[in-house]
Amino acid sequence: MSASVELKAVTKNFGNTAIIRGVDLAVAKGERHAIIGPNGAGKSTLFNLISGRYPVSSGSILLNGEDVTGLKPFEINRKGLSRSFQVTNIFQRMSVFENIRCAVLWSLGYKYSFWHRLGGLKDANQRADEVMESIGLKRRRNTLAGVLSYAEQRALEIGITIAGGAEVILLDEPTAGMSRSETADAVDLIRKVSQGKTLIMVEHDMGVIFNLADKISVLVYGEVIASDVPQKIRGNKAVQEAYLGTEAAA
Amino acid sequence: MAKLKYTPLNLGRWVVWGSSALVMIVLPLVFTEGFTLTLMSQIGIGIIFSLSYNMLLGQGGMLSFGHAVYSGLGAYVSIHALNLISKGNLPFPVTLLPLIGGLAGAGFGIVFGYVTTKKSGTTFAMISLGIGEMVAACSLMFPGFFGGEGGITANRVAGQPFLGLTYGPAIQVYYLIVGWALLCMAAMFAWTQTPLGRMANAVRDNPERAEFVGYDTHMVRFLTLVLSAFFAGVAGGLNCINYEIVTAENVGALRSGSVLIATFIGGAGFFFGPIIGSIVFFTMFTAVGAITQAWLFYTGLLFLIMVLYAPGGFANLILMHIPVLQARLMQRLWRPYAAAAATGLVMLAGLVTVVEITYHYALEANTAPEMKLFGFGLNVTDGMPWAVGFALLIGGFLVSLLAWKTVGRAWADITHILQSKSE
Repeated sequence: MSASVELKAVTKNFGNTAIIRGVDLAVAKGERHAIIGPNGAGKSTLFNLISGRYPVSSGSILLNGEDVTGLKPFEINRKGLSRSFQVTNIFQRMSVFENIRCAVLWSLGYKYSFWHRLGGLKDANQRADEVMESIGLKRRRNTLAGVLSYAEQRALEIGITIAGGAEVILLDEPTAGMSRSETADAVDLIRKVSQGKTLIMVEHDMGVIFNLADKISVLVYGEVIASDVPQKIRGNKAVQEAYLGTEAAA
Repeated sequence: MAKLKYTPLNLGRWVVWGSSALVMIVLPLVFTEGFTLTLMSQIGIGIIFSLSYNMLLGQGGMLSFGHAVYSGLGAYVSIHALNLISKGNLPFPVTLLPLIGGLAGAGFGIVFGYVTTKKSGTTFAMISLGIGEMVAACSLMFPGFFGGEGGITANRVAGQPFLGLTYGPAIQVYYLIVGWALLCMAAMFAWTQTPLGRMANAVRDNPERAEFVGYDTHMVRFLTLVLSAFFAGVAGGLNCINYEIVTAENVGALRSGSVLIATFIGGAGFFFGPIIGSIVFFTMFTAVGAITQAWLFYTGLLFLIMVLYAPGGFANLILMHIPVLQARLMQRLWRPYAAAAATGLVMLAGLVTVVEITYHYALEANTAPEMKLFGFGLNVTDGMPWAVGFALLIGGFLVSLLAWKTVGRAWADITHILQSKSE
């Protein structure tokens, strides 16, 4: 089976501190893959490396078999990888609709066009409406993103991420800070929008993970100590010691 | 606060555009003095220039201290082209000369802009200042192109008349400016409604996220700057036709600063803000400038007040009253506003008195201590005018504080009512 995303001996140092110490990871096409680990394990850093936000110190990253190491975020995005952020990262002063539409423009080939009228872009507007419908924000269409509720902003965050139709979706703690019912809604939403796509997510909520993930990788101090199906991870001794141990201590 | 929205009242957009065009066309028939025509020509060019500046500042979030580089170099290229036309070496209609200015502006935008737009924020501002100084320095280094201290002159009556238009009379030049201004206004407004225009907003608000939805923020800023430089160049080309002279001033820091002030006073957060800003600025420049040498002082003071108390500019001051009008709450504001205006006028009278007699004292106290102010004759070496001036200024300031408190209270009430209505 060909890997959708593959990391080969990836390391990342900040100064003298090694944050990621040689991660090998393969995520198959269509797989929902969760990355878990205690705080400070380097989960978000790993996301930042895969999505091109930070350059790797060594090693290589492959997207659908193609080497994307060292590419800029927009180049990686154009190759079909899209990500969300742990801290909500939206266009605060634009409406919900404008937020989504900005995220679909490139994928529909409008690029830097200054010879198309936005109002006349039927495909972009329709796609933006569909995405709004799927994330449940249709009735907030013309609301400024900055005044949405927290849960709505998190939904918009996911909406922007998936709007361009990327094949590989990275979600960084999509349910962080949500109430139980909001989390349940978010899980349904993630399941729906990741249908037929490769999903990699960082998450703390074990309920969410065991509910969604086909496979789980455990990251501890910058290393993947286990990568397997959820049942096996649950029974893995090393994981229980390293991860659940620190979790209990914390 | 300024809500950043670039669609001015969709309702009646045609009315707004149509009436603006009509005003520009009809105004010289109403005010026939040469003075009005001069002022309105300046405003017309200023509108193009400040709207082009606002593509950077308002829509792209790029604070430039060197925008005159593009209008100025556009003007220089235009005036050389105009001289070629005069000599019969270039068969090109003067009507379209601003297009040459625009292309020149865009060309220099490609050269300089690629560097300046690599970074946003403070870095962009600094580099734009540096390039502005560089070009200003070049104007003395290459007298062949820049004409040294005297600049380059030309005669706009050149080539074949177009539909009988020679551009000899100022009124013909005015209508040329109006035509180009309307065209550029429409084009720049249309730009805000394109993918690039919208992404310029996105890059302004959140460059990081823009990169993660596929956009190279450098490229977005770069293309925005090149288009903005094009329109600045058009303004430069019109300047060349209007004045028939282009000097180093056209690329200088003062010009770059003026367009920043005009745009900000009008309101950078709104498409039509710079239009108001240009009207205010050039009225200060030409009308107030004709009366007093202190016009720049007053303009600076106005800028200061706007930055401190109305950062959304005149455009925001106007727009914030629309919901009040719609809710029929204006009657709550008339009285506080009248009080603020009356006390403000007292303070202004005091200020003008003090500023004017200070100017007069500093410049002409020995030769001609008498001067006229508000129709009164006075002697600046007397103590009385000073005492009256300061009394009005300080007294006016104190009562203004009280008046503004009532304005603040009225607005607090209105905001409260509007909020409870919307919930």
